[in-house]
Amino acid sequence: MSAPRTWKRPPFIERPLLRWGLITGGTIFLLLSIGTMEVNWERVAAGLPRAERFVASFFPPDFTSKSSDIWEGIVESLWMTVVSTIIGILLSIPVGLGAARNLSPRFVYLISRGILALSRTFPEIIIALFAVKLFGFGPFAGIIALSIGSIGFYGKLLAEDIEDMDPVQAEAVKATGASWFQWLNYSVQPQVMPRMIGLAMYRFDINFRESAVLGIVGAGGIGATLLTSFGRYEFSSSAAILLIIIGIVMAVEYSSGYIRKWIQ
Amino acid sequence: MPIKQQGDIKIWKRRDRNRQLAIWFGQFMAVAIFVYCWQLVSENTIWMFVTDAPRQAADMMDRMVPPKWSYMSDLWRPVWDTITIATLGTLMAVVLAFPIAFLAARNTTPSSALVRPVALFIIVSSRSINSLLWALMLVTILGPGVFAGVLAIGFRSIGFCAKLLYEAIEEIDETQVEAVTATGASGAQILNYGIVPQILPAFAGISVFRWDINVRESAILGLVGAGGIGLQLSSSIDTVTWTQVSLILLVILATVIVSEWVSAKVRHAII
Repeated sequence: MSAPRTWKRPPFIERPLLRWGLITGGTIFLLLSIGTMEVNWERVAAGLPRAERFVASFFPPDFTSKSSDIWEGIVESLWMTVVSTIIGILLSIPVGLGAARNLSPRFVYLISRGILALSRTFPEIIIALFAVKLFGFGPFAGIIALSIGSIGFYGKLLAEDIEDMDPVQAEAVKATGASWFQWLNYSVQPQVMPRMIGLAMYRFDINFRESAVLGIVGAGGIGATLLTSFGRYEFSSSAAILLIIIGIVMAVEYSSGYIRKWIQ
Repeated sequence: MPIKQQGDIKIWKRRDRNRQLAIWFGQFMAVAIFVYCWQLVSENTIWMFVTDAPRQAADMMDRMVPPKWSYMSDLWRPVWDTITIATLGTLMAVVLAFPIAFLAARNTTPSSALVRPVALFIIVSSRSINSLLWALMLVTILGPGVFAGVLAIGFRSIGFCAKLLYEAIEEIDETQVEAVTATGASGAQILNYGIVPQILPAFAGISVFRWDINVRESAILGLVGAGGIGLQLSSSIDTVTWTQVSLILLVILATVIVSEWVSAKVRHAII
């Protein structure tokens, strides 16, 4: 028997039944969802000139006429971010330690994992919605929401990082007769620190982005200013705010890379 | 190794003196910034409301149970819309992110001086604007509804998918590309046979991962009128029908858990 003369690329999913099942299922779902999507094309067409005006308002954006509102909102977003990131991380350290399987007894492990799962379930904005009901309008509600979100995010990653650490070093420090806190401080902490600092910067970044939308539900920050400017169709002010948000996010991202390099 | 000499005895130190001082200084600055910011928080908070919060929370809990199960019949459509928004938005994002990723990756970009910065700028601006903000913009432009939601999710996800994808492209095995080139393949053929098969698993993983995130995000888009279950949530909260609110929260929870399970299964199967 001679070898086949033509070559065919092997399919991405090996099992034909699974492959065709996925393809047909996906297509049916797609058709259904497109079919049920109601698009009011007249409204879309009516919106196009407005879209044009919106894009045009980026050239140039209007930083000046609402400058005091914008400045206030941005600064509020920034200190909300600082406070909530610090509170969130401080609270997530005990929870993260508790949620590391190699560190804590089963009972503590389950409780901590439960706390993490609970705080990660709902998006920050839904937590903020309730925080506003409980604590009244203003940045405090936003800080509560962001802190809860940070606990879930940071605690989970801390726990996973501790679970992945090198047990040999931990054992070596334990063999010197170190107390539990000394052991934590000299064997666990140095191993997880570089990555955790990077993640803290990343969380700061996330919290800033989130704080920009919390104002929509009345939880403080630049979002309220942005919402107002959209509501009044003052697009050039909105463009200015969006550009400032993009600029700050880029600055944080760039500096976090720099700080991470400096620490390692 | 930093060692402190004390007479004849050498004492081991974890860090040398300057580094230790720098760390203390850093910690001091962090505390100072925190205290300053906390003072600003305190000025902007009505503490009476905060001390009253536990009672309020208990009251709210009390009014939330039992969930109003009969309201479920009104919720099937919003749940479907939520999933539709997430799916079509993800689809739009991956279709657009695919070429952008190739333009942004160092080893495949046609011009690293001109095209790459543009692609990177698209990625960054798409990523820095929250999907709720995209939705806010699109609702003012296109009017409320599912369509604005799909576009909002799509625009937000382009940056995410393109970023992860171009990092995957930069990490491919160059020898395979070279082997395909050596057969005399054209540029498009190199792309198709040398690069795409290498990034396909990553691509599928990223898409499913983003879909999972998007299900969560599309659940809240309704807050600004972009369709999905968030619409019911915000109207139920506005009309203080807490029994409906608790049911909606349960439904969101269930949707999120199911989507997470699906995405974990799929990623497990392909990686």
